[in-house]
Amino acid sequence: MGADFVVLSLVPLLIGTLAAVACALPGNFLLLRRQALIGDAISHVVLPGIVVAFLITSSVNSWAMLLGAGAAAIVAVALIEGISRLGRIEPGAAMGVVFTAMFAGGVLLLEMSDTSAVHLDVEHALYGNLESLIWIEATGWASLTDPEALAGLPPELARIALAALGIAIFTWVLWRPLAMATFDEGFAQAQGIPTVALGLGLVIAAAVAAVAAFDAVGSIIVIAMFICPPAAARMMTDRLGHQVAWSLGFAVLSAVMGYVLAGYGPIWLGGNDAVSAAGMIATVSGAILGLTCLYGPKRRSDVSNINSSAKH
Amino acid sequence: MLFEALTFQLGYNATLVALGAALLGISAGATGTFLFLRKRALVSDAISHATLPGIGLAFIVMVAFGGDGRNLAGLLLGSALSAGLGLLAVQWISARTRLGEDAAIGAVLSVFFGAGIVLLTVIQTMDSGRQAGLEGFLLGATAGMLLSDALVIAIGGAAALALVVLFRRPMTLAAFDPGYAVAQGMNLQRIDLATMGLALGVTIIGLKVVGLILIVALLIIPAVSARFWTDRSDRMVVLAGVFGGLSGYVGAAISASAPALPTGPLIVLVAAALFGASLLIAPGRGVLAALIRHVGYRRQVHLRQGLLTLAQGLPIYENYTLRLLTRAGLARPDGVATEAGRAEAAKALRDEARWAMARQLQAHEAASALYDGLRPIATVLTADEIAEIDARLGPPKQVTA
Repeated sequence: MGADFVVLSLVPLLIGTLAAVACALPGNFLLLRRQALIGDAISHVVLPGIVVAFLITSSVNSWAMLLGAGAAAIVAVALIEGISRLGRIEPGAAMGVVFTAMFAGGVLLLEMSDTSAVHLDVEHALYGNLESLIWIEATGWASLTDPEALAGLPPELARIALAALGIAIFTWVLWRPLAMATFDEGFAQAQGIPTVALGLGLVIAAAVAAVAAFDAVGSIIVIAMFICPPAAARMMTDRLGHQVAWSLGFAVLSAVMGYVLAGYGPIWLGGNDAVSAAGMIATVSGAILGLTCLYGPKRRSDVSNINSSAKH
Repeated sequence: MLFEALTFQLGYNATLVALGAALLGISAGATGTFLFLRKRALVSDAISHATLPGIGLAFIVMVAFGGDGRNLAGLLLGSALSAGLGLLAVQWISARTRLGEDAAIGAVLSVFFGAGIVLLTVIQTMDSGRQAGLEGFLLGATAGMLLSDALVIAIGGAAALALVVLFRRPMTLAAFDPGYAVAQGMNLQRIDLATMGLALGVTIIGLKVVGLILIVALLIIPAVSARFWTDRSDRMVVLAGVFGGLSGYVGAAISASAPALPTGPLIVLVAAALFGASLLIAPGRGVLAALIRHVGYRRQVHLRQGLLTLAQGLPIYENYTLRLLTRAGLARPDGVATEAGRAEAAKALRDEARWAMARQLQAHEAASALYDGLRPIATVLTADEIAEIDARLGPPKQVTA
């Protein structure tokens, strides 16, 4: 745990953890609203949003990308809504049409445009490159107090930290209306809560999380960050506050364990090359979900809970 | 170059690939229709992403036994096994835990994909793995495809299509009317399993051409496009097959006509273009049809209300109504009725009076429920019934200027 760790692992570890936290927060509400696949759709359409923003501004400016991805998310949600209303198509299928088509457009644009100067390529977009976000200027733990070295931190760290903070504030400030709109939309509306705007706000928060996590884990594995920790947390408790707390714990655990297993696991097994950290984080979060599905105290569906309590 | 590709002049391999993609598209479109009607469309997204770890493991196993890791048949077998496992996981999670199917789909697709990426990075560190080219399975790559691979795809596509044709009757019935299918003694679970198995087969065959990330589009988009054109499930299956086949064929041809154009995204974008066209121009459900219906309705309402206004002997001031009436020669530009206008107005007034009378009569209760202020009563009641109403109403009133 010396200088090597600070240079090579500290920043990716932090980015992975923050990304997992930023995704798990909106993920909890999406899961409870049965909109888990909105997270899926958003993480796919982030790609065309980022590519179009890049083609317009020809830079990898974070604000432009954030705007592009946010716009793409809103366009996607509007298209899904429009198609399912106009054609009276089931929303799941409408979603399948929209996000695959937009993702295909993004991939094609990316393949056809010259993005070799910036690290924006298809493989990167699919599963990120957490390992490349190293802190070259660091010399050891002392660098944490050295302003010159701190200036050399990868910009992705500040971006994801800001996104995680923003999403945490969003969740904290809107906790009560979000909870109400999630569990009883009709009641929330009767209370004067603008549920449609709130739903859109949730989509935008998820889009922000997806963009910020894009560098680290790409647009497919981020789905695991949205769904797995909240789903595992749902197996542990019936209370929303506890569920969010559990999900944050699981998110941090998956990120840290995944990163450590990816970086050091092969070495322990006698190999000498690390494997994909993003992939390993998703795998660990899946393993946690699998364990909670098997042994979590609240794993059964609500109906069977009622049945079993009626029997006793 | 595109023309050559579309007319099979780009060589044996490109032709085989285009044909294979077309066959694949037809079977994907048809299979997707059954999935769509059973509301299971996105389950196939989990299946397709779940193929990746199987591909990686198959490669590692084949290399470990001293074979060529790139053998397509072996890779596809591995992908089928892990995709089946993914499907079981989705079903187990949504049946045995409190999580919904949507969460199960999302969790399975992302976790299996992540595990697959881990395996891909393992393979990259193997001596024989550097040139493996397994990344081609992500988004589809037909460039530099071996003849044997193209054959596997063409034969696989044909086999899937044959299975669709073979099972079309029970699957159509289960998709269209599950209750009736059960009453007919069919095993719904087994049919669903067959449908999912077919979707799995299409996914596996499509891996090399479309890639595992986008193959789900070929199962969903043609079916949704076909939905716009027809309400009949048998026609929908055929139409979806046509859309899927066209997408596969045209997309593969475009991709073959220029280097560095990925096949999968192109096929999906062709399918999306067909969908966009369906959304716009399909009769009945299409946007254009809805727009025309709306304009026509608005026109009818304004004409009718304008005539009723003329019948009161009042001039027309509203612009749109006035334009409609003058164009039809029923009113003068100053809003006063012409001779023809007075006659039409009298007819409209008579029609309203007949409707009002019909609504009071119990014998016409069913018919009078159809009153919407636009429908002429002659389209609802017979001449005899109208004559009877007229007898009660007395002689028609004239409209005077």
